[in-house]
Amino acid sequence: MTDLPTRSIDLKAVLSGSSPTAAKDDHSEGMSYLQSVPRRLVTLYFPLTIIVVVLLFPFYWMALTSVKPDDQLLDLERFNPFWTWNPTFKHFHKLLFESYYPYWLWNTMYVAICATMLSIIASVLAAYAIVRLRYKGANLVGGLIFLAYLVPPSILFIPLATVVFQYGLFDSPLALILTYPTILIPFSTWLLMGYFKTIPFELEECALIDGASRWQILTKIVLPLAIPGLISAFIFCFTLCWNEFIYALTFLQSTSNKTVPVAIVNEFVDGDIYRWGSLMAGALAGSLPLVILYAFFVEHYVSAMTGAVKE
Amino acid sequence: MADVAIPRAKPQMIEANAWTQLKHNRNWLGFWFMVPAMAFLIFFLAYPLGLGIWLSFTDTRIGRVGQFVGTENYEWLWDDSIFWLSVFNTLLYTFVASAIKFAIGLYLALLLNENMPFKAMLRAMVLIPFIVPTVLSALAFWWIFDSQFSIISWSLKHLGLINQNINFLGDTTWARICVIFANIWRGVPFVAITLLAGLQTVSPSLYEAATLDGATRWQNFRFITYPLLTPIIAVVMTFSVLFTFTDFQLIWAMTRGGPVNATHLMATLSYQRAIIAGQLGEGAAISSAMIPFLLAAIMVSWFGLQRRKWQQGENND
Repeated sequence: MTDLPTRSIDLKAVLSGSSPTAAKDDHSEGMSYLQSVPRRLVTLYFPLTIIVVVLLFPFYWMALTSVKPDDQLLDLERFNPFWTWNPTFKHFHKLLFESYYPYWLWNTMYVAICATMLSIIASVLAAYAIVRLRYKGANLVGGLIFLAYLVPPSILFIPLATVVFQYGLFDSPLALILTYPTILIPFSTWLLMGYFKTIPFELEECALIDGASRWQILTKIVLPLAIPGLISAFIFCFTLCWNEFIYALTFLQSTSNKTVPVAIVNEFVDGDIYRWGSLMAGALAGSLPLVILYAFFVEHYVSAMTGAVKE
Repeated sequence: MADVAIPRAKPQMIEANAWTQLKHNRNWLGFWFMVPAMAFLIFFLAYPLGLGIWLSFTDTRIGRVGQFVGTENYEWLWDDSIFWLSVFNTLLYTFVASAIKFAIGLYLALLLNENMPFKAMLRAMVLIPFIVPTVLSALAFWWIFDSQFSIISWSLKHLGLINQNINFLGDTTWARICVIFANIWRGVPFVAITLLAGLQTVSPSLYEAATLDGATRWQNFRFITYPLLTPIIAVVMTFSVLFTFTDFQLIWAMTRGGPVNATHLMATLSYQRAIIAGQLGEGAAISSAMIPFLLAAIMVSWFGLQRRKWQQGENND
């Protein structure tokens, strides 16, 4: 079903921008010398600048709003709205010391890490069994897991709410820890299946001849070789958890139990006209952990993303 | 493990053999390896999926077990103009947003595929909207599209293009444009980076050969890039359509379905009816009504994958 080895996308190349393997030897600059500088300016740099500016502007605006004093936020005539000369950390102070924000951050982190760990463990076992044990019906199960990836949370949250209520998990982080894996397992199983396929089968055969059990093969041979894949899966799952909204909105009720996205939408949106500063500070503080993680693991993100659509 | 201390050797050996055999039986091992993943998927995915369809045929409310009422919920929805409005909104939202996401995403991928300085950094920056949680960036858009203090209104006023603030999220047409814009903004990086990965598998020698034969840039794109990219486009767009169609968080953070239900999608309407109004049965009927559309999208994906195999000249794996 999958065909990773035959057409693997060079992930390093996606980011570093070097041409694909076929072209590495001689024509690394391709045919770009055929274009004059003014032409490149119009057809390449100009549209690219516009798109990048539009893509990044909301973050600039978020960051700027979160450090602007209140009077400058609402008075657009006396102050230039695009910059501020006297930044304030008042909004962050309010966020950290006068609200439940630290709790929310902790809840989000806790739920995301637990759900991700659970999903990775389950996916490693499942992916290994599908790719390497090749039990009867493995292909069918692989296909079903792919289908599970396509079932969106928006059609599951209503029945899940009744299930969660029946099991007495309502308003507890456990409800999220147990339901998030349904989003994460299909994705990470699929990703890890791809990685496991690239590990030479001969290694396992040698180990089998030497008398290793399947469990030993998995923990001592396959997993160490699949570490890049595990990191990709982990980071991507973590991001998905952090981003998840509808389950958290439905299953959690008390203010102190909420996750960051839900809490910001529900708790900060009061009639207060001065809410924008703290709202944006909250949004910024909620995004920063992910952006920092992303900055360290860009390649793994891209490999997870492209891995997800590769098949 | 086999208990070696027992002296009766012969039957013990046979038992150990049976156990060893079982231990090396692929199906037996495979079953146990699959247990954790399957448990999650069955209890929290397959079962709720079935339960959701069952709920849509009952009059369940929050805190009260429902009775089977046949297709009453669906009949009721059939005459409900708000439901049909949400279906229209969802289709409009999905269609417009996906088409533009595809166009801009492909264009951006082509741009990023060129040689230029700071390429790696640019590519990393482009992906940031995809990393940041949707709700949080939606809040930034909410603020950008504020009726009084919108930076867009301010800029346009100072450029002399408009006289008074645009009521971005209060006017039905503008509200639709704004949520679609936010969705495109969030989706373009995903489309662009995945298509870029596909673009890099296209060998540059093809372009060189075509250019020597006198092909223009447009012909290069139309007859080399596009055909080679179709398989990955099919997959990426299926995902994009699927996630746009079932979108919830962006709308909920920006408009909550307003003004006058102009931005209510099926997902937000089902949340409003099921959780806020407590009519679980009716909400389940709305979300079950999304399933046929999703199946259609999955079929497209499936045929896209088939086509891809055919293009690569491969049989089954």
